[in-house]
Amino acid sequence: MTGLKRRGIKLYDWFERRLGLGKPIIEAAEHEIPASTSSWWYVFGSAATVILGLQIVTGILLALVYTPSASQAWNSLQFLDHNVQLGWFLRAIHGWGSDFMIAIVLIHMTQVFLFGAFKFPRELTWIIGVFLLLLTLGMAFTGQVLRFDQDAYWGLGIGASILSRVPFLGGVLVDMTLGGPIIAGPTLSRFFALHVFVIPGILLAFVGLHVWMVLRLGINEWPMPGRIVRKSTYVREYDALTKETGIPFVPDAVWKDALFAAAIILAVIACALFFGPFGPTGQPDPTIIQTAPKPDFAFLWIYAVLAYLPPSIETPVIFIAPVLIIAAMLLLPLLDGEGEKHWSRRPVAVLMVAVIAVTLGAFTRLGMYTPWSPIMNAWTSDPIPTAYLHSRTPLEREGAIVFQNKQCRNCHSIGGQGGLRGPALDSIATRMTEDQIIRQVLQGGGNMPAYGNSLNPSETTALVRFLTTLHGNNLSPAIDASRHLALSGELPPAEPAGH
Amino acid sequence: MIPNEQTPQSDPAPPGGQATPPAPASTRSAGHSRRAFLFKLSLLANGAVGAILAIPIIGYLLGPAVKKGGSYDSWITLGPLSDFPEGETRLVNFRNPITTSWDGPTGDIPCWVRHGSGSTFQVFAINCAHLGCPVRWFAQSKLFLCPCHGGAYYADGARASGPPQRGLFEYDHKVAGNTLMVKVGKMPTLAFTSCLKPPPLTQIEGTAPFARRATIERPRTGNPS
Repeated sequence: MTGLKRRGIKLYDWFERRLGLGKPIIEAAEHEIPASTSSWWYVFGSAATVILGLQIVTGILLALVYTPSASQAWNSLQFLDHNVQLGWFLRAIHGWGSDFMIAIVLIHMTQVFLFGAFKFPRELTWIIGVFLLLLTLGMAFTGQVLRFDQDAYWGLGIGASILSRVPFLGGVLVDMTLGGPIIAGPTLSRFFALHVFVIPGILLAFVGLHVWMVLRLGINEWPMPGRIVRKSTYVREYDALTKETGIPFVPDAVWKDALFAAAIILAVIACALFFGPFGPTGQPDPTIIQTAPKPDFAFLWIYAVLAYLPPSIETPVIFIAPVLIIAAMLLLPLLDGEGEKHWSRRPVAVLMVAVIAVTLGAFTRLGMYTPWSPIMNAWTSDPIPTAYLHSRTPLEREGAIVFQNKQCRNCHSIGGQGGLRGPALDSIATRMTEDQIIRQVLQGGGNMPAYGNSLNPSETTALVRFLTTLHGNNLSPAIDASRHLALSGELPPAEPAGH
Repeated sequence: MIPNEQTPQSDPAPPGGQATPPAPASTRSAGHSRRAFLFKLSLLANGAVGAILAIPIIGYLLGPAVKKGGSYDSWITLGPLSDFPEGETRLVNFRNPITTSWDGPTGDIPCWVRHGSGSTFQVFAINCAHLGCPVRWFAQSKLFLCPCHGGAYYADGARASGPPQRGLFEYDHKVAGNTLMVKVGKMPTLAFTSCLKPPPLTQIEGTAPFARRATIERPRTGNPS
């Protein structure tokens, strides 16, 4: 036993004499950190790095089979799912790993922000971190394209349409992105190169810088209210704190990182096992237009924002808002490099996190059920509730048929079924008079197209008759107060003309 | 300690080697300035080579964008006129004139052909003018609807409602003999409207002035002004 140990040490010494890496690595691992930072709040950065490792391993394994060719990519995914042993599981781990990585990176960023870790002297660590977030999102988008299905195809169309709006350079950018005149083989090839070579290369280099700076500058100490960061005194105070309360990172603090990373990997595996891989949805064949494309989870909020932006400000917002947001994130540590670190003394920071989280959450939730999208088959699949046909006249029932045939259901729900783009019509007659309904149907307005060209007078009459029967739980229908006056012949005194 | 030993540009003699005795200070500094000059020269040479290398790299990368927008387009046959009955709007697929042999199904592009009255045709791109999703025609309500964000267009392609800033993209078309031909090749986006006719104007309540300007100008930005 001792002979084996001695031989092992000898072997290590042989390498160490030539490489010289062992000593600095051990020194880095055992470096002293303030005891307060050995916390479960400090585990997210290492967890993100571990997931990155998982993504690299599973990505390489998928690349053993995946075919980055527009005509074969979808088939090779089917082959992976059904013909390659455990291919579906590797795809699932890679897909879920991607979602987990974005989530962990965002949590890490929030923690760092709330703990004031971006302040002096760790400004550049934060700035590199912002780029790491963008690169992670870039990996997610390009990865979604490599899952070359209908969503990927039309997602590229959405991307190209957004780029085409860039002033002056739009056309060039679209051509460069697509690699040709249409979304096709060259498009997939360049997204493959981005996803597999370009972005991972930059990502790894930046992760290296990020970790290097954490080691060089020391992990951010646990913030205390009233402990002010000043450029003149901070380093001295930090060194004193480390000397006073220091514990070696390995093994005293690292076990929490290791346990959390293991738990996260286990969670990824569990999700992969229970929920399986993402897609692929239908073939990337643009002639199959019976599709409702949707981006992956991380981009649903953008999809929602694009639905709600008024057309007139959409293009400026698409291009100015990201620049402002990214610039704000990059400039944050440079403008706010000193002062309080503790969240209880930074109410604006806490408020910002809350507002951003609620906003992203709300838009993501909306993106999940897309109330702005017409339901394309509602008019043929959702029947009119029978209660709405009871004791109606033949004309009103004819109107119900018109209502169904003219695809009104695609945008308007009735009886809880149908599109959500327009208002539900279950009690429309309590809100609009007959005349108002006629005007709205024929001329459109608001967000509604005009139906004057697609309804003949008898259809219009029937439809409006049916709609006037919809007043909820026998509420009284809306009436035009002047109608009674007009019919009775008692006109109000004439207004002076000439206005 | 000899001062010479502290200069970082000392000769690359093997450490501890006594084979080459240190040269006199005067010759060493003369040698240093020569080597510093050669170092700068090597930087210059590499810069020049880098610039030369950059030409093919940038040219290669810009390749897809160098071709003029119109030159991707060419006339192809959509089918005999009898395929498009008067008063109907039909979905027609064509093979894009520019494809690679590994494009697979992505090289097949659909479009909507509307045969108005008499010999008037309109050929609409499948892509919504908002973000490029595939619009669907509903003959009963005479509307094109987009599944993504709910853009709606009238039968003649004019914007009806929703987020699009303009009507549907239209391909150039002509009737040659008994067939309908279209000029296609490029995915229509807001950046390439030069080859795609703006749709005819339609008075829409409240939006008419905006719609008119949006179709006359190249709608590069969302601001009509």
